[in-house]
Amino acid sequence: MLDDRYSLAFRLYPYGRCADQDAIDPVRHPVVVVGGGPVGIAAALDLGLQGIPVLLLDDHEGVGQGSRAICFAKRTLEICDRWGTGAPMLEKGVVWNLGKVFHADRKVFEFNLLPEEGHKFPAFVNLPQPYFERFLVERVREAQAQGAPIEIRGKNRLDAVEAREDHVLLDVTTPEGPYRIAADWLIGCDGASSPLRRMLGLDFEGRVFQDSFLIADIRMKAEFPTERWFWFEPPFKSSGASCLLHKQPDDVWRVDFQIGWDVDRAEEMKEENIRARLDAMLGAEVDYEIVWSSIYTFQCRRMKNFRHGRVLFAGDAAHQVSPFGARGANSGIQDVDNLGWKLGLVLRGKAPETLLDTYSSERCHGADENILNSTRSTDFITPKSAVSRLFRNAVLDLAEHHAFARPFVNSGRLSLPCIYDGGLLNGADALPGGPSRTRPGAPCPDAPLGGGQLLERLGGFVILTLDADAPEAVEEDGVTARRLALSAADDPSGALAARYLGDARSAVYLVRPDQHVAARWETFDEGAIRAALRHACGKERPA
Amino acid sequence: MSLTLDPNLADADGVYADLIEAHEGLTEEESHAFNARLILILANHVGDRETFRQALEAAGSAGKR
Repeated sequence: MLDDRYSLAFRLYPYGRCADQDAIDPVRHPVVVVGGGPVGIAAALDLGLQGIPVLLLDDHEGVGQGSRAICFAKRTLEICDRWGTGAPMLEKGVVWNLGKVFHADRKVFEFNLLPEEGHKFPAFVNLPQPYFERFLVERVREAQAQGAPIEIRGKNRLDAVEAREDHVLLDVTTPEGPYRIAADWLIGCDGASSPLRRMLGLDFEGRVFQDSFLIADIRMKAEFPTERWFWFEPPFKSSGASCLLHKQPDDVWRVDFQIGWDVDRAEEMKEENIRARLDAMLGAEVDYEIVWSSIYTFQCRRMKNFRHGRVLFAGDAAHQVSPFGARGANSGIQDVDNLGWKLGLVLRGKAPETLLDTYSSERCHGADENILNSTRSTDFITPKSAVSRLFRNAVLDLAEHHAFARPFVNSGRLSLPCIYDGGLLNGADALPGGPSRTRPGAPCPDAPLGGGQLLERLGGFVILTLDADAPEAVEEDGVTARRLALSAADDPSGALAARYLGDARSAVYLVRPDQHVAARWETFDEGAIRAALRHACGKERPA
Repeated sequence: MSLTLDPNLADADGVYADLIEAHEGLTEEESHAFNARLILILANHVGDRETFRQALEAAGSAGKR
């Protein structure tokens, strides 16, 4: 009936009977989230911290085994920090900057991510997904204790939905039998094979890549440095088309073998066969323990629309990419970042429902960028034709000797936050000489401010002024933007000025609750701010 | 910057001879790999995606019969 589909790493929300199960009429909830993965928990956390009652249903009682996603990008950590859980992730995660690229038995080159100064978070941390999820759930517990109206129901499986005009009816199965609830809004975060998507008969089109990966997490006391090592056509026996070695916390290493499509999965998953591959790679004398292993295949595809009436989709349920570039979980967290404040405004009656259509358009833009990047990586790593292989190998041969060829080498373009260029909510870009990286649609880059960091001070709608006057707050049609008054002198390193002023003498930015720039000017103009604020809340369509 | 399709080399015969000579002694497979490396080096030297696209277009259309 309700058997576990996987074993748990952490049992965090055991089943408990709730009053809804004994109600005569279905109890109605403002927001129900389906799926307790990283994206679902994050969605519940974002809404709950806004004071919006949110119910999360998961068909398990905690976090699944297996490291799965391991690379969490700076933007993800910044978003999690806004939710109050960036610090434990940074503390547990492994920070790395150096990567080495090999082709067969030759080292082609090495690179350093060379993180830009003045950011609170590094470009990436390696953190196994179960820890990422556990930190989110722990933050949910903390927020609940402080009164955030979040409820997580374990062993509550969604079995059927009925979409009505202004709500959705949900049939839920528990170990004690079924019950029914209603939701004003339903968020589907139930993964790549999303049962919710299937129940609603929705499309999920795209390109299927015929390849499988054997992933192994191994624990070893080895002398390998904390670097990302990637092999094209690895020299070890039967190791496939590519191979990745990456460090995780607790002496655990992730090894990915790209083993091809035409494999006997059961045979490949036998421990002796996994060990044979690992021994060939690491050398027979290296001692290790296999912590977890899995075979997976991937697809690059997305739904045409992430909003279907009162149902919204986020994370893998809405879009899938190849693993190259760490663009899966990271993009799912950006989905939540984009959706949370919009749904919050709609639920409080401060923005029209159509604002949620911009969740779909902005995040479809993000998904397309991720799919494009990960498809290009896949085509480089696994050339699909003889001539494609010819050029790939030409690049690798040149890269060993000439710096110019190294930017062509594509073993995954690591996840960067998407800029909503052309986004429907973007307002004026009226800051002559302003830096391109902070144009409307872009996520605000962090910068040091003497004692703290810029991003720590951006939440809700903010009028960010740099050496410009403005009132302390502007309220427009129920939505308030408060001022954050800064001066280029607040950051002696000059990063703040370089990132937000460029050649301009002063600047006024309207920043959205997800820390993306809505509009910018050289000086404060009340009429312009009010118009941009309305526009960013979806109240006026662009001319 | 746009692609130059007018004569641009002072010593066209010499350049052509160098190209053919560079392939001497290579197997067909080695020649293909050599050409691929050469194209990448020249693409970088061109330094502009749009100009390179014009070159791709010119190479493609001239081969059509």
